[in-house]
Amino acid sequence: NKNSCVEAGIRGICVGRCKSKEAEIKRINKELANIRSKFKGDKALDGYSKKKYVCKLLFIFLLGHDIDFGHMEAVNLLSSNRYTEKQIGYLFISVLVNSNSELIRLINNAIKNDLASRNPTFMGLALHCIANVGSREMAEAFAGEVPKILVAGDTMDSVKQSAALCLLRLYRTSPDLVPMGDWTSRVVHLLNDQHLGVVTAATSLITTLAQKNPEEFKTSVSLAVSRLSRIVTSASTDLQDYTYYFVPAPWLSVKLLRLLQCYPPPEDPAVRGRLTECLETILNKAQEPPKSKKVQHSNAKNAVLFEAISLIIHHDSEPNLLVRACNQLGQFLQHRETNLRYLALESMCTLASSEFSHEAVKTHIDTVINALKTERDVSVRQRAVDLLYAMCDRSNAQQIVAEMLSYLETADYSIREEIVLKVAILAEKYAVDYAWYVDTILNLIRIAGDYVSEEVWYRVIQIVINRDDVQGYAAKTVFEALQAPACHENLVKVGGYILGEFGNLIAGDPRSSPLVQFNLLHSKFHLCSVPTRALLLSTYIKFVNLFPEVKPTIQDVLRGDSQLRNADVELQQRAVEYLRLSTVASTDILATVLEEMPPFPERESSILAKLKKKKGPSTVTDLEDTKRERSVDVNGGPEPAPASASSTPSPSADLLGLGAAPAAPTGPPPSSGGGLLVDVFSDSASAAAPLAPGSEDNFRAFPKHPRISAGGSEFVCKNNGVLFENQLLQIGLKSEFRQNLGRMFIFYGNKTSTQFLNFTPTPVPRCGLDSLTRTHLNLQTKPVDPTVDGGAQVQQVVNIECVSDFTEAPVLNIQFRYGGTFQNVSVQLPITLNKFFQPTEMSSQDFFQRWKQLSNPQQEVQNIFKAKHPMDTEITKAKIIGFGSALLEEVDPNPANFVGAGIIHTKTSQTGCLLRLEPNLQAQMYRLTLRTSKETVSQRLCELLSQQF
Amino acid sequence: MQFMLLFSRQGKLRLQKWYVPLSDKEKKKITRELVQTVLARKPKMCSFLEWRDLKIVYKRYASLYFCCAIEDQDNELITLEIIHRYVELLDKYFGSVCELDIIFNFEKAYFILDEFLLGGEVQETSKKNVLKAIEQADLLQEKTENMFHSKSFIGSKKAY
Repeated sequence: NKNSCVEAGIRGICVGRCKSKEAEIKRINKELANIRSKFKGDKALDGYSKKKYVCKLLFIFLLGHDIDFGHMEAVNLLSSNRYTEKQIGYLFISVLVNSNSELIRLINNAIKNDLASRNPTFMGLALHCIANVGSREMAEAFAGEVPKILVAGDTMDSVKQSAALCLLRLYRTSPDLVPMGDWTSRVVHLLNDQHLGVVTAATSLITTLAQKNPEEFKTSVSLAVSRLSRIVTSASTDLQDYTYYFVPAPWLSVKLLRLLQCYPPPEDPAVRGRLTECLETILNKAQEPPKSKKVQHSNAKNAVLFEAISLIIHHDSEPNLLVRACNQLGQFLQHRETNLRYLALESMCTLASSEFSHEAVKTHIDTVINALKTERDVSVRQRAVDLLYAMCDRSNAQQIVAEMLSYLETADYSIREEIVLKVAILAEKYAVDYAWYVDTILNLIRIAGDYVSEEVWYRVIQIVINRDDVQGYAAKTVFEALQAPACHENLVKVGGYILGEFGNLIAGDPRSSPLVQFNLLHSKFHLCSVPTRALLLSTYIKFVNLFPEVKPTIQDVLRGDSQLRNADVELQQRAVEYLRLSTVASTDILATVLEEMPPFPERESSILAKLKKKKGPSTVTDLEDTKRERSVDVNGGPEPAPASASSTPSPSADLLGLGAAPAAPTGPPPSSGGGLLVDVFSDSASAAAPLAPGSEDNFRAFPKHPRISAGGSEFVCKNNGVLFENQLLQIGLKSEFRQNLGRMFIFYGNKTSTQFLNFTPTPVPRCGLDSLTRTHLNLQTKPVDPTVDGGAQVQQVVNIECVSDFTEAPVLNIQFRYGGTFQNVSVQLPITLNKFFQPTEMSSQDFFQRWKQLSNPQQEVQNIFKAKHPMDTEITKAKIIGFGSALLEEVDPNPANFVGAGIIHTKTSQTGCLLRLEPNLQAQMYRLTLRTSKETVSQRLCELLSQQF
Repeated sequence: MQFMLLFSRQGKLRLQKWYVPLSDKEKKKITRELVQTVLARKPKMCSFLEWRDLKIVYKRYASLYFCCAIEDQDNELITLEIIHRYVELLDKYFGSVCELDIIFNFEKAYFILDEFLLGGEVQETSKKNVLKAIEQADLLQEKTENMFHSKSFIGSKKAY
């Protein structure tokens, strides 16, 4: 029975038989011509010959050659009564089908006949074919029939298995064509089936369906738990052929554990208890001596263990299990099997983000660092880098950054850029001391200069410009670093820029006098590329302003032929203009034009954006994208908003902002050149997204203006509730905030019985008119499933980062198709500045001392307004607490008044806030006073809180 | 699972099974890249790697590499054992399988795979059950071949 249908003649095509590629192609073409002539011949081929030639074609295709005929003959084979001919026909279709609609109709017809044949072997072939092709046309034809076969009482077990996975494939291709129905509850009960093969196939199907329709399949939880429990407690021989190397039903166990990850921990205490027991048993088994030395035994056992750990992490509710999981992974970190070390590092990354186990993960830092140094496989080292990044916090940042830096010296080229980005991000995020930050970045340039992208060195400059406490140190440090005889060009750029701005801070020392600084930079000039030389020319003109004593020297340089007559037009132009500027402009004008750069607008670190982009959704064309993070950055609308400095269009872009308008001496030059335009466009595009005209009737009117409507104000003091509802859609919210970060769960409920298609909710941050260039809020989310079934609910998680204080709430734009028409809903997301409030308790004395310190007229904002609600003391207190500030009792001498204090956390700053609310019962009025160190914060908080009473 | 590829140490593709719709061009591109990536790895390296947004699980048996692409949430170790179980099935069916068995009896390799994995998920993990299904089909084939055709060819791998 080992006969092959490939004749000996054609076997010679295979490796080793044909001397050269050309000979092989020649041979194949000859064979193809032969087959073609047979198919086209006058004589009708019998089934056997047809099968033989179709099989040959398949063989040739699998050798890597293109096949453009034979499809029709293969389809003919499908209707043969001979099993072997039918089988080859199906195989050809499965491997080589194209979406030729004429053929699909014929294929579907043959499948239909086989499904109706009641012959389990033929039914099996037909179901395999549907599952293999899985096209939409097939879903249209069979999505109704397959569920019936699956749950019919008289269907054979093997057919049931095929039907389950066939349905799974159809659901993945075209979920909209597989309607839930009566069959769903019967499918759930397949978890109880006696045949473990049926249970295995059914569990895959249920898992996929439950991900999209959790309600419909809720009952599968308890069934899965009891099935799992029976498996993990069974003796190793109980399950006969389903025991794999002494591990009972490992595939099924993994699948059941996966299914349970579609749900939160079971509510029923009995089920929950049983599941905890199962998980404990699995963890216990990991400590038992192995029943076999075979790697298959340990792999199967550990596959179940890792899946159990995933479930524990998913539930994130049992500290005891989480810590046990962490300890178990800790053991694996030192296991002799590379595979286990790899998986342990990977799994620990997720554990690091659970508050219960973050600390436990941190205890393994030395092992992970050691892995970074000693692992021989780059993909394992990569996991170690990821884990170090995940476990990094303020307490260990210095150590982790130092280790990553030292690893970078020898790191594989393929992961250097990513490590550079990670180091840069960690250094910035956890910098308590900005001198350390500057040192770290300069080290990055020294060690891996080629991998330090523009984003990284732009960022260090932005930070130095924005923080006056580090400028002197930065100038001194770059000056020292530039002493090295061979330094990376990126260092020359950073050095040139920083000395141009802050060289004066170190000029008092004769060892770094203006002339010394200039000579040092100029010694590098000739070795640098054009963009760097252009930057240095700007540094020189800045020197002319900072240090009048070097002006003649610099003018000489500018006047030199190599500048004034440089072949590069950018260099030449700069030389000419700077020379002229230095000659004609008075000291005052020079000082204005060449003023120190204004602070850069604060926004998301461009490096973070770069890492996200690097690790973002991969495109088929981009080999670089090897990462699994799939977060979508909605920050910048359709075009990712480039960071201010990095958005400048040309490589010779002028960081000093002079290139754009050197002759305009009024005010500081625009700091972000071309970026400004991009921002204006992307902001207006996303923020002003209007309601679709046709849909307005269906919906409650929404504020079209970017102002918080009264309706939205109910969320100012609470985090959960229904945000929006109309006849079609209900949107619920749950959110939590901590410091400058937040997470919002948005629940979209389809109130109709019809599917929503192309369902795309997009949260978009908005900017006020005052600050078009800034991004105050970063919102990150993943796309939700585009199909929402009737009555179903989908959930979307939005991660929020507050970068700086803001006024405008983000907007949630939702588009979907309902019954053939496009629906558009825009609603404001209640993310307001006070969400980032942390209460601060303080004594009466402290409060008034600070209150007095904030007596600047801009720091105080006051509002006197009429009460809109009954003036109830308890409700008022609850509102102030809900608003996020601490309620300070016995602080105000007048007990009727309310006093609060707290800190607004943004990524860039922390603003202390004091508030005082004085009710006047008689007049039914309030006076609200806000004092903070920042005018905009005082104003915004006052606005928000005033609406509440 | 998104796809499974079998290829030789020389980089020749011996079997391909795609569980997600992709164009021929994409399939070729993916195959080329993956074969290159996997062949470049050293023997003692770990069996998993990240590739695009997928996880690749691979293992070498004699001259053949078995390579599966799974999704982020899928279990690497159990996939490794999927590969092993498939090898066991081939081994049992062909009796100590070698690359040439798969080349010349490619249809059998596909049929066995379809009984074991369907739509990228495990359909039947019992070795007995899978082989029973294949043997039944072989019986059917034998019957029809003997009834209608006398011609049959014996493919002995020793000849190559």
